[in-house]
Amino acid sequence: MNIALNLVAAKTIVRKEMVRVLRIWVQTIVPPAITMTLYFIIFGNLIGRRIGTMDGFDYMQYIAPGLIMMSVITNSYGNVVSSFFGAKFGRHVEEMLVAPMSYATIIVGHVAGGVLRGLLVGSLVTIIALFFTRLEVAHPFITISIVLLSSIVFSLAGFINAVFARKFDDISIVPTFVLTPLTYLGGVFYSISLLPELWQNVSKANPILYMVNAFRYGILGTSDIGIGQAYVILIVFVVLLFSGCMYLMKRGIGIRE
Amino acid sequence: MQALSIKNLSKTYANGNQALKGIDLSVEEGDFYALLGPNGAGKTTAIGIISSLVNKTGGEVEIFGHNIDTDLEAAKACLGIVPQEINLNLWETVGNTVTNQAGYYGIGGKLAKERVEKYLRALRLWDRRNDAARSLSGGMKRRLMIARALVHEPKLLILDEPTAGVDIEIRRSMWDYLREINEAGTTIILTTHYLEEAESLCRDIAIIDEGRIIEDARMSEILRRLHREVFVLSLKNELHEAPLLNGFETRLRDDGELEVEKGPNSEMNDLFAQLQDKGIHVASLRNKVNRLEEMFMKLVEGKEAPA
Repeated sequence: MNIALNLVAAKTIVRKEMVRVLRIWVQTIVPPAITMTLYFIIFGNLIGRRIGTMDGFDYMQYIAPGLIMMSVITNSYGNVVSSFFGAKFGRHVEEMLVAPMSYATIIVGHVAGGVLRGLLVGSLVTIIALFFTRLEVAHPFITISIVLLSSIVFSLAGFINAVFARKFDDISIVPTFVLTPLTYLGGVFYSISLLPELWQNVSKANPILYMVNAFRYGILGTSDIGIGQAYVILIVFVVLLFSGCMYLMKRGIGIRE
Repeated sequence: MQALSIKNLSKTYANGNQALKGIDLSVEEGDFYALLGPNGAGKTTAIGIISSLVNKTGGEVEIFGHNIDTDLEAAKACLGIVPQEINLNLWETVGNTVTNQAGYYGIGGKLAKERVEKYLRALRLWDRRNDAARSLSGGMKRRLMIARALVHEPKLLILDEPTAGVDIEIRRSMWDYLREINEAGTTIILTTHYLEEAESLCRDIAIIDEGRIIEDARMSEILRRLHREVFVLSLKNELHEAPLLNGFETRLRDDGELEVEKGPNSEMNDLFAQLQDKGIHVASLRNKVNRLEEMFMKLVEGKEAPA
């Protein structure tokens, strides 16, 4: 593999992705900011006052890390799935496929684009959260590493969705019917300790629970699950999903006839 | 050195359509090569396999000695592709489209900027560099695809109907530019439905039909095989029947024009002398069909081209 060539190519894909995100900022940045502001106002400010504290924190403070993580997850996923499927649909994915860069570079470039959008929106939501509550980062390394790994996992998942998608409906099915329910049930708004034991165990099968709680641990220092478990799950997902992406690209599934 | 070597290449699609039935093709470095065939003959499938956008079923492809199965990245680095269908990111600017493509080939920084300017100027798109690709006309989009394919200065350029929908003036200027880069050393393979284009530009020709190569020869050799030509003469005086001319077959058309078929041994001077003797005055004349078109139709359909 020509490393210099692939580095320039990866940088090009990331730059292209960032240009796209900023060009359509009304679609990519503004909606999550508005949605999260509404969450903070309705769930945090209005309903939260009646809920009181959770795990020893104001409800607003408790849900803030989950909402930040939710925006990172949905935007990382959404960026890669819409960008790569758009490239397939418009056939300009061929620009990349005919070039001598490796398939890994195509995947890494798009994932990096997804991570950057996730972090950009996540940072914006964090700033919005600071208007409503006080946040101090208890464990900076854990906070940053968990948000990065989660963003990578969902960017890779978005890439796989885009590879299989044949029409625009196919890129909204997973976010609507899988991602959103799993996020809502992933402990963004509540501690699973409030659930009966059976549902606590069911919740533990949801990978987003580990991401949300590990991130919450990074910021607030409280979690329903072990942080080590979260790292293992995230790393296993990164390896599995990246291998899946490579397999699909090499076989040409969804991208070559 | 062979720019492109294809051996026993076959492709069967999932629906059972056998698009290529074991074709062999060899294109020498520096050649300007025409790959012709009717719609659905297998041209675009062959180009798709060469550019690794279509998985082959069998056979081998080498680009400048690099096998696409074992040395794909080196093979891709030698190749520039201008596809038949517009595959631009229509929301991207003209400048970014070509800059990004340079980046995908590992060309960045100052060299990328120089190349982008060079090829956008050459294809007369420099003034539109900040415009979105969607704002370009059809002909401009095709020129942008050529600039994009050239930015990494490939040794082999494949153009799949590059002048479709392009007006005459731009088409001619594109021909001149393609000749220029071919003379500078780039091997070019061209598919086109404008057979005049292939005849004018290409030195070698292959004709593909129903997934098989049915002709592969020098352009000059193919044209020499045509034993006859048909001319259409506009006359100054009105005729009621076709005149009898020694060495020529004649037919009077419904519109009053005279068709004259010339054999391999007859001369045009003789034709005009006979017409002069009969008091027939010719205002103008033209070829009934392009010669290559005539040959193409014979090979592909076993019939003559319509007037």
